[in-house]
Amino acid sequence: MKPAAFDYYRPTTRREAIEQLVERGEDARIIAGGQSLMAVLNMRLSQPRVLIDISAVDELRYIERRDGYLAVGAATTQAELAEYAVLADEVPLLEQMLPWIGHFQTRNRGTVCGSIAHADPSAELPLCLATLGGEVVLETKRGKPRRVTGDDFFQGVLTTARRPHELITEVRFPLSKAGHRYRFQEVAMRHGDFAIVALAVDIGETEYRLGVGGVADRPVVRRIPRDVDLDDALNTLAWSLEAQDDIHASATYRRHLVREMGRRLMTEEIVQEETTDVRPAR
Amino acid sequence: MYVRLDERYRVTLTLNGRERSAYAEPRTQLCDFLRHSLGATGTHVGCEHGVCGACTVMVDGRATRSCLMLAVQVEGRRVETIESLAKEGELNDLQHAFRGHHALQCGFCTAGILMSCHEFLGRVMDPSEAEVRDMLSGHLCRCTGYTGIVQAVLAVARARQNNRQETP
Repeated sequence: MKPAAFDYYRPTTRREAIEQLVERGEDARIIAGGQSLMAVLNMRLSQPRVLIDISAVDELRYIERRDGYLAVGAATTQAELAEYAVLADEVPLLEQMLPWIGHFQTRNRGTVCGSIAHADPSAELPLCLATLGGEVVLETKRGKPRRVTGDDFFQGVLTTARRPHELITEVRFPLSKAGHRYRFQEVAMRHGDFAIVALAVDIGETEYRLGVGGVADRPVVRRIPRDVDLDDALNTLAWSLEAQDDIHASATYRRHLVREMGRRLMTEEIVQEETTDVRPAR
Repeated sequence: MYVRLDERYRVTLTLNGRERSAYAEPRTQLCDFLRHSLGATGTHVGCEHGVCGACTVMVDGRATRSCLMLAVQVEGRRVETIESLAKEGELNDLQHAFRGHHALQCGFCTAGILMSCHEFLGRVMDPSEAEVRDMLSGHLCRCTGYTGIVQAVLAVARARQNNRQETP
């Protein structure tokens, strides 16, 4: 289908973008790469009065390391982040997870912040942000930028803590911690399809931080001490997600995947080599 | 730049090496703009929500779904479509290989697949079969079963490698 008619505004500065957003409020939608939003517009599931295109705002196109975070600006594409030379050292979970997002043709335009703003419960970047305990930076016309943690930001299917007058200007992923290991794995009908279950884990010295995507209405993160019975902990987690049957998988199968993939990821039975043949990597 | 919903904006771009311009409303998708306003009908429009890959073109050298991009967004950019591959009416090596390996039947998805392969082979000189299949996962083809397509892409990669080695 074709989108309903809208005004199109393409500012070149962050200030212009925010001013227009404050003026138009809920009538406006921000578009960056458009790899989620354009599909929604084409199907007329959203019919904004004005589209504010931030892809030409060069001051929002950056990847910067500061204060223990890797900060990614709102105009930065997923392909640009994947090409960031030291990503595997700084945020290894992102490096492992990026090839699983859509396809290279959509990563060429899709942005990191855009995927997080869209908040699809099966999307990889929200899961990564929540698992690592990252932050979303929101700015409006007055006052200091608001920082919201991944846990608080995702509030349900396609629903976030962003207020109508706020622009997501940056997301911050904590840098990898010494002695920690990070792993990602997902099961989908076909590579690049929405995840039936996606798991991300931060393996620390005393505890695991396990994130589950694709099951509940948002990414769910649990801290699991390393000395508890893992099978028990995973079973409790699997049942707590209130998985639903849908056309892609049954709730039973989703719980099975959480238990089985979770155990393999956390006990490191899934080694990197095993997954290389399905990863595009370059 | 602000374009009202009922206005038509004059979009100027470089299409297949030539500067072109035409009018588009804000909501006009790039695929429709290419086909209806610029006459580049080689690009096919399939699902219109970014799943099938039939409408893939190159924007500033990167493969992109033209149904997930607006015409007004290519202002000043370089767009290449399937029409750019055959120089002076001669199929290029990739197109020849598709024909030789029976990599298409109805051909509806082919223009998009060729544009993805075009970017991919420019970046990955010596791809494995798994990498080719991963690259193709962004495309739906309902007639060939992909085997012929994979063989064609691998054959072109090998031939280009050989050519590079033979050139002093």
